[in-house]
Amino acid sequence: MRLIARRLFFYLVTAAVAVSLDFLVPRLIPGNPVDAVLSHMQGVTVTPAIIHSMELQFGVDTNASLWAQYTHYWNNILHGNLGVSSGNGLEPVSDVIRAALPYTLGLVGLATLISFVLGTAIGALVAWKRGSWLDNLLPVVTFFQAAPYFFLAFLAIDVFAVILGWFPSGLAHQSTDFPAFDWTYISDVLDHAALPALTIVVASAAGWIVGMRNVMLTTMDEDYVLIAAAKGLPKRRVIWYAARNAILPSVSGFALAIGFIVSGALLTEIVFSYPGLGSLLLQAVSNDDYALMQGLFLIITCAVLAANLIADFVYVFLDPRTRQEA
Amino acid sequence: MAVGIGTERATGGEPGPGTERPGPAPGRPRAWRLPRSPKIIAGLALLAFFVLWAIIGPFVTPYSPDEIFANSPVPLPPSGAHWLGTTSLQQDVFSQLLVGGGDMLLVSFLAGVIATALSVVVGVTAGYVGGLADELLSMLANIFLVMPALPLLVILFGFLGKSGSNDLFLIGLIISVTGWAWGARVLRAQTLSLRNRDYVDSARIIGERRSRIIFTEILPNLTPIVASSFLFTVLYAVGTYTAMAFLGLVNPNWSWGGMLFYAQGANAEVSGYWWWFIPPGLAVALLGTALVLVNFGIDEFINPRLRAAGLTRRGRAGRDGRGGRTRARRSQQFALTPVVPAAGARP
Repeated sequence: MRLIARRLFFYLVTAAVAVSLDFLVPRLIPGNPVDAVLSHMQGVTVTPAIIHSMELQFGVDTNASLWAQYTHYWNNILHGNLGVSSGNGLEPVSDVIRAALPYTLGLVGLATLISFVLGTAIGALVAWKRGSWLDNLLPVVTFFQAAPYFFLAFLAIDVFAVILGWFPSGLAHQSTDFPAFDWTYISDVLDHAALPALTIVVASAAGWIVGMRNVMLTTMDEDYVLIAAAKGLPKRRVIWYAARNAILPSVSGFALAIGFIVSGALLTEIVFSYPGLGSLLLQAVSNDDYALMQGLFLIITCAVLAANLIADFVYVFLDPRTRQEA
Repeated sequence: MAVGIGTERATGGEPGPGTERPGPAPGRPRAWRLPRSPKIIAGLALLAFFVLWAIIGPFVTPYSPDEIFANSPVPLPPSGAHWLGTTSLQQDVFSQLLVGGGDMLLVSFLAGVIATALSVVVGVTAGYVGGLADELLSMLANIFLVMPALPLLVILFGFLGKSGSNDLFLIGLIISVTGWAWGARVLRAQTLSLRNRDYVDSARIIGERRSRIIFTEILPNLTPIVASSFLFTVLYAVGTYTAMAFLGLVNPNWSWGGMLFYAQGANAEVSGYWWWFIPPGLAVALLGTALVLVNFGIDEFINPRLRAAGLTRRGRAGRDGRGGRTRARRSQQFALTPVVPAAGARP
């Protein structure tokens, strides 16, 4: 339990750092959200009053002290106020994000889970069959690991959507379909999610495969595996003994991977015009919509931290040593 | 330069398959031995190819990458005049491809150097000094490790605006800010393990200055990990720079990510203009593969059990009896600099 408490504390600190970064970046880096919005407002007479009201809107009130701005910023965040999105008709950022969040959570969450399970299993197998033809899998896997996610997305669309016509090439559901809890709608959503999910799985499984293989090779030399084999246990049980010990670093290395996968998945969404956070991110970039960028950074960071917390719980559940410590 | 460092690392002490060699070969400078692992050779060859590409590419383009040909409304497929076809603006894809590697390699190399320097400073300090400094530095590294890089980079580059986005040094600097933490963590772990070794203890007892111990006893033994983290960061920077160009956050004229940016803008993937997006994507992927391959080679060197040919029990030689799992724990027995063999050869 002490481990969980420590980790929880760490994640809280990280979240606080993320909020502070979100606050500091606009103030430290030259470039001003107000100017950016003004440059989009051609033909409007800009009075100092307008500028000041915009500064207030973006929280860069030049009359207040930095500390006052900072506390004000925190107050806003804690009340769920992320500002307004200039690219979406000044709609609150939180509403804009809320509309897109389920798509990303569903797609990226599921794809990450599948790739973890699949990648770990394949990694264990490749390690067990060391020296066999399965080793040839590694260069292929390396290629997928090194290729940008969004390039794989390009390929997936070209091959599976355009040439073969198996899947739709973008969006989350047909425009004629309306959200309802019936099979037509659900199957439509799944159909549209299949290709982006496949891309994310193929691109991210490589990391789990290599990681699992490398630890598994070390674990296979342990005495308890030798004993299990010497006792004449079925091969499946022996692999299981080795694998469940080898999986621990993969779980604890989740933190390293999840941020990376999420980053790649967001770009994948953009290629598929999938209406999740990734597409919002692109929209924010092309509209110079700073409040939306900042809001997205916060939400995505919090989601990643939550995923890490879950991984930590799993780790404590898997490894009895962490529980004895308390 | 990436190649240089990789080579130096890789050739330093590769024991050579099938030969058990306890110490440095007498009278033969190890640094000049060729790497034997096919992965390292393939990786280095590919890397050299890309470096040449980046240097020579801009001088051998058949056309200017901005030049506009013919007035066809759609991109034209590969032909004799345009080997890789044209874009929707009727620019030559092949010329863009030749020009597109230079900036990216430069930025990635820069980011790799800065991030590696940062990770060595933070990691070694945290590991060697310990105490409160360690707690704080480790926390800092972990925070940067957990934070998803892409949205952070988007706000950083976003606020920088289009004005600063051509400054390659600045881009490299920003990428390295999000890329140093992994190396720092690994280096800290290894420094922790090294600082209590006998030879470090003896140096301390002799009364060596702390800076000398760090520079002559600790750092040389971290070389493989530093090299590996350098390559890892370069790989990360390649992906990140491509992603930023793909988002249009850094000037997309002309980089491989920028080509993908324009291709996506013209719906090349839906319209089947494969000659436009496959070449730049493939180039990034191959460059990445080269870096990963060299890194694999270093990994296998650090932990011989990872070798495919490791069916023999050679790997057990380095066993420390406690079943150490992390490569950091394992690496010291196979570190290549003279320091370790000398220490290990003591009866």
